[in-house]
Amino acid sequence: MSLKKHILDLRKRKEKVEMGGGEKAIEKQVAMGKMTARERVLAILDQDSFTEYDLFVEHTAKDFGMDKKQLHGDGVIIGTGTVYGAPIAIFAQDFTVAGGSLGLMHARKITKIMDHALKMRVPLIGINDSGGARIQEGVNSLAGYGEIFYRNTIASGVIPQISVILGPCAGGAVYSPALTDFVFVVDQISKMFITGPGVIKTVLGEEISMEELGGARVHAETTGNAHFFAESEQECFDQIKKLITFIPWNNTQKAKEFPPKEPLFKGNIEDLIPADPRNPYDVRDVIKGIVDDGDFFEIQELFAANIVIGFGRLKGQTIGFVANQPLVLAGVLDCDSSDKAARFIRYCDSFNIPIVTLEDMPGYLPGADQEHAGVIRHGAKVLYAYSEATVPKITVILRKAYGGGYIAMNSRHLGADFMFAWPTAEIAVMGPEGAANIIFKKEIDNAENPEEMRQLKVQEYKEKFANPYVAAAKGYIDSVIEPNETRNILLHALEVSEYKDVQHPEKKHGIPPF
Amino acid sequence: MSNKDELVGFKVHTMEYQTKVNKMFANRKPWKAADPCEIRSYIPGTVLKINVKVGDTVKAGESLLVLEAMKMQNQIEMPFDGKVKEICVTEGDRIPKRELMIILED
Repeated sequence: MSLKKHILDLRKRKEKVEMGGGEKAIEKQVAMGKMTARERVLAILDQDSFTEYDLFVEHTAKDFGMDKKQLHGDGVIIGTGTVYGAPIAIFAQDFTVAGGSLGLMHARKITKIMDHALKMRVPLIGINDSGGARIQEGVNSLAGYGEIFYRNTIASGVIPQISVILGPCAGGAVYSPALTDFVFVVDQISKMFITGPGVIKTVLGEEISMEELGGARVHAETTGNAHFFAESEQECFDQIKKLITFIPWNNTQKAKEFPPKEPLFKGNIEDLIPADPRNPYDVRDVIKGIVDDGDFFEIQELFAANIVIGFGRLKGQTIGFVANQPLVLAGVLDCDSSDKAARFIRYCDSFNIPIVTLEDMPGYLPGADQEHAGVIRHGAKVLYAYSEATVPKITVILRKAYGGGYIAMNSRHLGADFMFAWPTAEIAVMGPEGAANIIFKKEIDNAENPEEMRQLKVQEYKEKFANPYVAAAKGYIDSVIEPNETRNILLHALEVSEYKDVQHPEKKHGIPPF
Repeated sequence: MSNKDELVGFKVHTMEYQTKVNKMFANRKPWKAADPCEIRSYIPGTVLKINVKVGDTVKAGESLLVLEAMKMQNQIEMPFDGKVKEICVTEGDRIPKRELMIILED
């Protein structure tokens, strides 16, 4: 063969493998409203940046007639590329090849690209679209999963790990996404569950569809397993790319700085907030009023909406925002919102992203269901995460900061670097009504008109204690600021925190209340 | 901002706030003390065999029924000496968690 012939032969081989499961299987994939694995990879990565590896890998299974079957690329595509210039390692399961089932070599390809991502300290994106373990390969498939989970864990907090669920991801397979930092789902396409509708029907007689059991909406709203919900694959890819602009490439780097921009909001921030602490507002409006270009990238928007988390930029620098949301459940902390906030705080801390906390919360959600669901250990995660974090930590108290909530939401006492409060802040053990009822119980009970006396005492308490000045007098609050000063004072605080260096005692790792 | 109609009065401790409630909160069930005379399934499964009849006097520790779940045959034992008042399941039933199976009386 001449050299040219060799090259032509290579091209032919590549072309064949790149067809994945072949035309018929691709047609089926498209009929399901899904893109192919290759299209997905190309859609996420910068144009012409994708380089593929292990294209010619083949499975080694011999039993059950597998020796006669050829599975192109063994059902998964791996490679490297860039997203807006950021180096990325990526794998995508190919449902058109044996249903994207995971066998030994399939797993070896995935672990290879994971090892590469970890060694090179670059983000990893994994696209999941697989029917599950390749049963013909028996325990080898299970070994494959385990080796993936192990790497997910070791890489956690070192490189960003992103999971994209674009098809079924069932059984043990779901634990890989669960171990990663961000999970993306698409309506009607993503399906995640440990036991599927079939088993549930056999065991329990309960009939539930895949969509109702583990569809995208379920995971985005109810379980909290998903962080980003999209209506289409394209929207999902745009979300992934946007996320990558906000995060650093590994835990030794800072997120790439962007050219600074002024907020879009030109009004008075205080006009966004009702004076009466019992009336709601959307705290996201406040965040958008503060960040560059009004660009706030919310995470887990639909889950535990009583707390808001996400990224924004202040003078081009990525900031993690944690904010109580008075619009939903009055902004209380409960089991779910505690989990949501705590995990995000730990993400920011792992990846050198300063945390700004906007506080307006009446306390923890009361109720037998909450107590029995373990609100103590869940709530403790927030305390743990804030206390442990060594990135710059800044709190702004907008209105209410009552009781345990005041302590939990990045208080001075948990190591906040800067504590600011608006003049509307009420920092107290509880709301004025409750406090007055206890402190002035005698006066109220003995009064001729108890209700009148109660109101009087509530008012008295409000004036004396429901303000930021008692805490400021102790130095627990560094400055009481006007709402319109918020952005500038945050910018300043960040500027002087640039070289923050806090060392905790050396340890293997802590024991957070998981 | 949001639709004003979605706001409800929501009491946290002593203060009442205007806010929206989420699905999880709206669907939560009030807590009820467990009745020791009601034998409920602690795991979803299949009623394999019922070992008692209505009116039987049963001693604590004796088997009331076998509930097969997760490939395991679980003996559901009598919690105290007493009588079987009512049997709410039949052999072969597939039942969810916390399903009422047997009612007892002292």
